[in-house]
Amino acid sequence: MAVGVTRLKRVIGAAAAVTVAFGAAACGSDDAGGTDAGGAVTLEFAQWWGAELPAGEFDKIINDFTAQNPNIKIKLLSAPYASTKQQLVTGAASKTLPDVVGLDGAWVSDFAKQGAITNMSELMTEAKYDPAELASQVQIENKTYMIPVVNFVYPLFVNKDLLTKAGVDKTPATRSEFLDAAKKISASGGDVKGWALPLDTAVPNGIQNDVMSWLWASGGSMLQDGKPNLQSAPVKSTVEYVKSLNDAGVIAPGALTMKEQDKVEKFTNGQVGMMIDSLAHINLIKENAPNLKFEVAAVPAEDGYTGKRGIPYASWGIGISDSTEHKAEAFKFVSYLMSKDTNAKLSTIANGFPGNKNAQPDFSTSDPLFKTAFDIYQQGYPANEFVGLPKSEDLMRSFDEQLQLVLTGKASVDDALAKSQESWSSVIE
Amino acid sequence: MTSTTAPDTTAPTQEPVTPDRPRTTLTRRLSPFGYLSPTIVLIVVLMVIPIVMVISYSFRDNVIVQENSVFAGLANYTTVLTDPNFLAALKNTAIFITVSTVAHLILGLAFAMMLNTQLLGGVTKAIFRIVYILPWLFTIAVIAVIWRLLLDPSGVVNYVLQTLGLLQEGVNWLSDPGKALWAVTFVNIWSGYPFFMISLLAGLQGIPNDLYEAAAVDGANPVQRFLNVTLPQLRPVIISMAVLDLIWTSQQFALIWMLTGGGPLNVTEVLSTFTYKQAFSEYEFATASAAAVIVLLLTMVLAFFYVRLQKER
Repeated sequence: MAVGVTRLKRVIGAAAAVTVAFGAAACGSDDAGGTDAGGAVTLEFAQWWGAELPAGEFDKIINDFTAQNPNIKIKLLSAPYASTKQQLVTGAASKTLPDVVGLDGAWVSDFAKQGAITNMSELMTEAKYDPAELASQVQIENKTYMIPVVNFVYPLFVNKDLLTKAGVDKTPATRSEFLDAAKKISASGGDVKGWALPLDTAVPNGIQNDVMSWLWASGGSMLQDGKPNLQSAPVKSTVEYVKSLNDAGVIAPGALTMKEQDKVEKFTNGQVGMMIDSLAHINLIKENAPNLKFEVAAVPAEDGYTGKRGIPYASWGIGISDSTEHKAEAFKFVSYLMSKDTNAKLSTIANGFPGNKNAQPDFSTSDPLFKTAFDIYQQGYPANEFVGLPKSEDLMRSFDEQLQLVLTGKASVDDALAKSQESWSSVIE
Repeated sequence: MTSTTAPDTTAPTQEPVTPDRPRTTLTRRLSPFGYLSPTIVLIVVLMVIPIVMVISYSFRDNVIVQENSVFAGLANYTTVLTDPNFLAALKNTAIFITVSTVAHLILGLAFAMMLNTQLLGGVTKAIFRIVYILPWLFTIAVIAVIWRLLLDPSGVVNYVLQTLGLLQEGVNWLSDPGKALWAVTFVNIWSGYPFFMISLLAGLQGIPNDLYEAAAVDGANPVQRFLNVTLPQLRPVIISMAVLDLIWTSQQFALIWMLTGGGPLNVTEVLSTFTYKQAFSEYEFATASAAAVIVLLLTMVLAFFYVRLQKER
């Protein structure tokens, strides 16, 4: 009897132990930050910034914060952009977001609607924080859900050697000048083309950065009162202009599946003369092609346009999980990153522009092109109408598919815009 | 399990009946489950629960993104099955997996026979063995990057074909809607044939030489020996590999996503990329779940045949 009972107990005990172990392992991963025995709060901060900054630089900024706030520890969860996005999408769905999250403006609307990220306007009020020094805030129904920490603008990159070789002595400032320069570069021989247009649908950012940038540069808008307005004259003019570039044969081949990195690579290799790209790539281009002579300029506007030019941008935004138990501490960390000195330091090492109006990035050791771009940025205005829109990636993709139909001659501009309008209207209600 | 309990079956007859007997019997019955419990827990946590969740999501609306989702019956299935993009993805998937599997089989068998031939020396065969197996050693990400570079309009493939005079001008292999699906399928064939080759080579090496000698004595030529000895002997391996390959290829996502993202104009959209876009781009987790369940059902049909074949063997 005793043997039987002992064996039974052992079997059941082993099974229970295994089950508990697995259960604990499964549940353990759900914990975000926490409080240790000494009362110190640990905040998890998921972002892709650490992976893009020089090694160790972001840690220094974090260490400064923890030195000033010994009761708050920061645990960095750094991963590449795409991985971070996937982790946050699943985290938002399961209400297990880390305490503080790096955000792209394109994700904000969906996360806010899910209740995954918190309304920071309330936290600002509670912390008596003055938002006046913030360059911008991403709001949904007048509530702030994301604060852009560092902005990366997308100016026009021009290969000066190719431009000179093609007999063009002036950097294009209007659409006509750009078309003319692109034609001349494409005619200058070899496999060189005037412009690169990445329309890959896996990551359809090309619509935002390389297509709509033409619209915003001429003061246009794809929205009216927050609703899609894709059949307006400015949008039609933009798509027709891109089509005219395609018809003129000045776009590098392979555009329909070209990715952003392919575009940068072709520019770096001297296979395309001009591209619209993130300023963050300057160092990469110089590293890979030290002898390449290039400059940055404002994206060309419609002929005769004299107003301020919108310049596309992408942000390293920051938000706070709605489910964190340490919102006050999390906002303290956010306000530290947005403080004048820290924000200037972060912008400088990231080669971006600060989210704090009063912060001045240090250009003394950086490439002179950053100063030029900063001047362009200050002369115009940051423009990215996809920020804050629901399902913005899907909006870009549906527009992308219609644009591909136009460029392959399978649809007219009017039909494509009508279908895009219909598609967008079903998303943006 | 039967072997572990068999020795004990005589014990009760030799012992007097005591009140302990029911407990002892219970212990015997539960013991196997105790040993199996880690596996059972793993299967439940990693397979049963996620599958049940996905199936339940497919019958609800606004799942995950809203706290109060509602029962939607078969609405998500109707939405998916009437979506032209899903139907196009289904067609593309059928082409992709069929062509890939047939090509894997033909290439794998051809290379396996070459590596099994008596006509080549040991060193030569070792070199070819390494060369042929190379594609299998690369991860999908590396394969995608390599082939994006090779198939670029200014890439090596166009250069070689133009130099040889086979092409007049560069071809947009991945961005031409008429060629993209074939280009992606070609890359998948390239990356997957070594597994077939290795398996078939093992099968070939297991065929007794006596059979070939007997066929030769009967006057069979090499083609007849291949058709009447090699193929019948390899049949179980070929069928098992083909069914497994159909299942694996239907799950292919990373390669297509990194090569074309389902474009241009959705001509390389397959069921996996369609489902991913529904979930992570459109945040329509309910329709994504419905699409996933449809894929699961299609795969289960293949799995059913595979299991039946295994039982027959």
